[in-house]
Amino acid sequence: MSLILDHVKKSYKEPNGNRLPVLGIDRYELQQGEQAALVGSSGGGKTTLLNVISGILTPDSGQVIVDGRDIAGLHEVSRDRFRAAKIGFVFQTFNLLPAFTALENVLLGMSFSGRGVDRPFAISLLERVGLGSRLNHVPGRMSVGEQQRVSVARSMANKPALLLADEPTANVDPANQELILNLIKDTCKEHNVTLLMVTHAMEVANTFTRIDRLADFNKPLLASSEVS
Amino acid sequence: MNLFSIAWKSVKQRRLASALTALSVALGVMLMVVVIVISGAVDGVFNQRTIAYDLIVGAKGSDLQLVLSSVFRIQPPIANLPLMYLDQLKNDPRIETAIPLAFGDFTKPEHGAFPIVGTTTEYFLNEYTPGKMYEVENQPGTRQLNGHYDAVIGSQVAYQNDWKVGDKFSIVHGSADSETMHDELFEVVAVLRQTGTPNDRSVFLNLEAVYTLEGHQKSVEEVETRLQDFYGNDAERLALAMGQLKQLREKRAKGQELGDAEMGYGMDTPDAMKEITAVYVKTRSAFDAVRFQSELKNTSKAVAVNPIRPIQRLMTNIVGNIQKALIALTAMIIVVSGISIFVSIYNSMSDRKREIGIMRALGARRGSVFAIVLAESAVLCIGGGLMGWLLGHTLAIVAAPQVSAMTGLLLNPWVIDKSEFVLFPVLLVLGALVGFLPALTAYRTNVADALNG
Repeated sequence: MSLILDHVKKSYKEPNGNRLPVLGIDRYELQQGEQAALVGSSGGGKTTLLNVISGILTPDSGQVIVDGRDIAGLHEVSRDRFRAAKIGFVFQTFNLLPAFTALENVLLGMSFSGRGVDRPFAISLLERVGLGSRLNHVPGRMSVGEQQRVSVARSMANKPALLLADEPTANVDPANQELILNLIKDTCKEHNVTLLMVTHAMEVANTFTRIDRLADFNKPLLASSEVS
Repeated sequence: MNLFSIAWKSVKQRRLASALTALSVALGVMLMVVVIVISGAVDGVFNQRTIAYDLIVGAKGSDLQLVLSSVFRIQPPIANLPLMYLDQLKNDPRIETAIPLAFGDFTKPEHGAFPIVGTTTEYFLNEYTPGKMYEVENQPGTRQLNGHYDAVIGSQVAYQNDWKVGDKFSIVHGSADSETMHDELFEVVAVLRQTGTPNDRSVFLNLEAVYTLEGHQKSVEEVETRLQDFYGNDAERLALAMGQLKQLREKRAKGQELGDAEMGYGMDTPDAMKEITAVYVKTRSAFDAVRFQSELKNTSKAVAVNPIRPIQRLMTNIVGNIQKALIALTAMIIVVSGISIFVSIYNSMSDRKREIGIMRALGARRGSVFAIVLAESAVLCIGGGLMGWLLGHTLAIVAAPQVSAMTGLLLNPWVIDKSEFVLFPVLLVLGALVGFLPALTAYRTNVADALNG
């Protein structure tokens, strides 16, 4: 099993001191190498869920098991290192560092993993996404589609166990949407990486064999009332 | 890709701001290096044994003024000694060398108003500083003051006036701004090589010639009073001096029948009428120097001064403090530059919040982003410091010949002062201090907010 969410609850503290429940998940699982689209409405907790899975946020309670390890129980430093080594990210807004070239952006992803930098592998990843000739170009000199491809290459830099993609095609023109989508799926398949793609676009979700609706398994209010 | 290369990327990304802040550090460090180099040169002049003599003998008064006038030639002399006293010194068994000096005149203001030193050839045959002998520039030249109107000039005098062997010049009487000009023309017989001492800006004339210049003679009555005062406790020498004055009076009584020389205004002026300003003395041993100095203190109207001590006092009390103040001022400039680095980085933090969030999402630890910002600050401080250090020494290298020619200060821009070794660790600490708060901001960045923002 690549990802297990077990009795995960997450709430935010509001300015008035009350807590706003956002996540209340009894059980959610993804098999190793499985690819799933997670559909949810805006403000439904999709981003919070990704942040909890990646260890950026810690749940109030419950277990978040990635590649056999409960990252909710890890100390922050260990969580950071685990995230660098085991979890890849593809963001909606690409989130490339503007001062770094395409290659450097990929290498940057490697440099925090503690496993050192594998330059040939970084180059091969960029070649795989069709950017072999643009290794030394900075994001500002690349098209939106190319930037997202760099982002895909970077997400695979540390050979992660799990790839989290947050609306990766939302800012890409229709011509590139399919290309990016297939690239992410194919790359994950090639490296046997579990893929969880968050989207609100059904046409994107429909390209997946497994489509999960967040509202179906996330019951924050119910979880909250159970607690109280 | 290590933390420094990531920090360097960030520095490059904000090229203009980084360059300006590094430049401000560079200018501060450059100023400090220049101050250090100049201070080194000033120390070299004042703190070392700038003359290879044990004592300066002069009229009683301020020790410092005696040294400043006779060694550094930057103060008017206090008073004079009878020339006859020189023989007394030369005959003292404790004294190895005694070289007379007479000051008071200057080259014309348009010729730089350099001090005139009346002395003897012996002056040039002794070391000017331990282990260093005078050398003559542009042969043919001589270190001898044989002719009556011969002049040996220092390197700076020659440079400023473009004087060469064979050139002639006249001098002014009394002070540099005096309008009384001596009619005599002096001829350059030698140009001394640069020594890095006040000799570079001195003009040496034959002591005997100095006595013959108009206005250098005092009335017999005045000299008589001075001699009586000086030799009050030495009846034998006083009688000898008075005898010479008596003869001079007799000559003058004959009046018009004699020429100027015989009248006592020229070459035949008796020694009793002659005065010197100071005597450079080399004793046979350090003990002799101390003994002689102490003896003079109790028994004579003359005083023997160690040429180093008054200057050390001056350095400690005034010059040293000025140097410290200058270094403190430049240090303040560097600190202000450091603050500009702080402002620059701190202001950029809001723009970089997302970048920090991205790095943290990619697995960078809080400590890593903290270190990256700190490294960025250190890169700017050290980079700016290195640039300033190179600029400072380059400036010193370029300006050294000019400064040396104009002031006589021998700058040694190639020598690295030990305080410069402290500079870079201090800059590193400064970088850490000014980078701390922005680094802390990076450390505390909320990743989820930064990515969503």
